[in-house]
Amino acid sequence: MTDEQRTTPIRVLIAKPGLDGHDRGAKVLARGLRDEGFEVIYTGLRQTPEMVADAAEQEDVDVVGLSILSGAHMALLPKIVELVRGRGMDDVLIAAGGIIPDADIVRLKEAGVAEVFGPGTSIGQIARYFRENARSRA
Amino acid sequence: MTDPAALLEAAQTGERRPLARLLTLIESGTPQVRPMLPRLFGARRGGHLVGITGPPGSGKSTLVNALIGEFRRRGRRVGILAVDPSSPFSRGAILGDRIRMMEHAADRDVFMRSMASRGELGGLAATTWIAAAALDAAGYDPILVETVGAGQSEVEIARLAETTVVVEVPEMGDEVQAIKAGLLEVADVIAVNKGDRPGAPRAARQLRAMMSGAGGRFGKPPPIIITTATTGDGVAALADAIDAHQSEARSPEQARQRARGQVARALADLALDRAAATQAWDATVDAVAERRLDPMTAAERLLE
Repeated sequence: MTDEQRTTPIRVLIAKPGLDGHDRGAKVLARGLRDEGFEVIYTGLRQTPEMVADAAEQEDVDVVGLSILSGAHMALLPKIVELVRGRGMDDVLIAAGGIIPDADIVRLKEAGVAEVFGPGTSIGQIARYFRENARSRA
Repeated sequence: MTDPAALLEAAQTGERRPLARLLTLIESGTPQVRPMLPRLFGARRGGHLVGITGPPGSGKSTLVNALIGEFRRRGRRVGILAVDPSSPFSRGAILGDRIRMMEHAADRDVFMRSMASRGELGGLAATTWIAAAALDAAGYDPILVETVGAGQSEVEIARLAETTVVVEVPEMGDEVQAIKAGLLEVADVIAVNKGDRPGAPRAARQLRAMMSGAGGRFGKPPPIIITTATTGDGVAALADAIDAHQSEARSPEQARQRARGQVARALADLALDRAAATQAWDATVDAVAERRLDPMTAAERLLE
């Protein structure tokens, strides 16, 4: 989507679901996406799936980015997808990043997580993916 | 569903997603919302519009979080607009006010929206005003608008409010800071936050001495409340002061003055947007930048 078509910045919610105390990656990404022209809403640590879905709803974001390093991704991420879709946000892109085994990536994608970014992914790659796949704003 | 009138109707029944969508349209400044505005402002339910401003790091978001808890205990439905600056370079923004307010994220009677200030050309104060009207139409009361008190536009937003709370910290500086024109002048209520620090009572005393007789924007010194947002100390007293100011703010004289200020500001924003959209704008800005034209003449020409 070109700048002319998109006059308002893409809004991204960056959330850290579950009991996971490491948010350096999420903060670096938030900062990087800001520099790429995104509006980033950062929720901070230890969010329940309900809190993430409610924040996504109120903020009317285009993208939900979930950072998870705790290993609880199979327990939390499908639940978040379900809650977000259950609130009528059918066109919101949901992506994840963190330490997630390949076998689980397949299952997460089946559960509706659009993409999973592992270690070593550049911010440019993520920004490009969001630009190409986020819904167009009304 | 993207029809603003339909979104407004659904938002008025308490649905959250339509309200969120409506706020997006308002924020984008699309002319689509224009026909809905008479209905939006006609739908006024009377939610108390409270501006919260102060220097970065004074604890505004934490204090707002504590106020949400206090107003919820009083059975009120609380709406929050938190405005953070956009990068003038990338147009991006990090909106981090939610971090301090997540304990209320799953409360169905709290609606919190982060807004980026976006472009530097006007419009933000008007946009915030319309967004607050949408929260009011959806039945939220009070509506807390949090801004960084760093620049004129942020102070302007605070002034749209019926009650403006300025958050200071004990280390704000010497007495001269308090008599300088600026932030403190727009205060209807002053919170000296981080009240558990040693200098807090002294700072409050100094502020009280400096502000007495000086008068706020309506000629009366603002109450000064010591708060500790992290423990909740003083928050009930702050909520009381905010509530007490509401009836004062709604006296016919004050209400008229405020309405005049709001309309004047909204009109100035609109005029600026219109002027900036003309062909003459860029050429005139270039002419001034290259010193071929002085700023005053340039302004006059643009208004012709």
